[in-house]
Amino acid sequence: MHRTKVKVAEDALDANATIAQANRADFDRAGVTVVNLMSAPGAGKTALLESVFRDGLGDLRPGVLEGDVQGSMDADRMASLHVPVTQLNTDPGFGGECHLDANMVRSALPSLPLEEIDLLVIENVGNLVCPAEFRVGEDARAMVCSITEGEEKPLKYPLMFRTCELVLVNKVDLLPHLDFDMDKLLYNLEAVHPGVEHMLVSARTGEGVEGFRDWLLRVGERAGTPA
Amino acid sequence: MHELSLSSAIVETVERHAAGRRVKLVTLTIGALRQVVASSLSFYFEIVSRGRLCEGATLEQNVIEARVRCKPCDRTWTLDEPNFRCPECNGSDVDVLSGTEFEVDSIEVIEKETKEDEVPCIARK
Repeated sequence: MHRTKVKVAEDALDANATIAQANRADFDRAGVTVVNLMSAPGAGKTALLESVFRDGLGDLRPGVLEGDVQGSMDADRMASLHVPVTQLNTDPGFGGECHLDANMVRSALPSLPLEEIDLLVIENVGNLVCPAEFRVGEDARAMVCSITEGEEKPLKYPLMFRTCELVLVNKVDLLPHLDFDMDKLLYNLEAVHPGVEHMLVSARTGEGVEGFRDWLLRVGERAGTPA
Repeated sequence: MHELSLSSAIVETVERHAAGRRVKLVTLTIGALRQVVASSLSFYFEIVSRGRLCEGATLEQNVIEARVRCKPCDRTWTLDEPNFRCPECNGSDVDVLSGTEFEVDSIEVIEKETKEDEVPCIARK
């Protein structure tokens, strides 16, 4: 038998990165800014988006791509706010992927109303691990970390916390009821991703949500500039 | 579950470079910051590669440690926990020098298939 060594020297996620770039080019052409919103299940991604979109985003026209393993509950919530929403289920592909990848988002492109929106929020599948690995063609990445998850989350999932440029600390209305040490969370966050922007918010009461709205507007103005 | 997604990505990359030849060895370079569990990656790789060109291939994982440099004090150190602050000045203006790699470095393929190279099966004596 004759064995030959073949030099590869290629990032194993190159194929995904290539498709992500193609997505990005299509979004840029349509003048749409894309935010990849990630979190653990139940951290409040959908609730935060509801809170932001309820009063609109001024002249900026938002749309949402809902990534879920199954079901359209979140998409239905968005649709009731009259925000264009497209559901993307990961289960027809490879048996319920736990994240969105660039190819899945590519497959959803034809059903996205890109002409009618300026900002697309891609609500990723709830998971703090795999979504961090797969770029989908976004301009910016944001994540929600709720205080019910505990103070150690940044230390347990540094890949996710380091890959986002905004961390929304949600459910702060529950602070009086929990043994939660906010300083400890922020200390851990600073250790894992020094200097990362963070906001304390409550989707339930609306506290701090204004800051998230402003951030989305700022990101919206960045359209077409490299991330 | 992270390792399952990564295994699929590895197999796809390997097959593209194998160009139809059977693969015996896959060498990876993995940065410590990617949080890849070696045993888990090997486990999923074995499952994902079944029926593919890299079925039965050995997966060699070379881990690259996470090196960080503090820009203001030019100190370089190795991370053993996810704390990116400089141990010297406690500053946060740091560069990650290594540790984020996730590469297929090389593969070894069989140029000419002979009887012995076939995947062993129970029927063969």
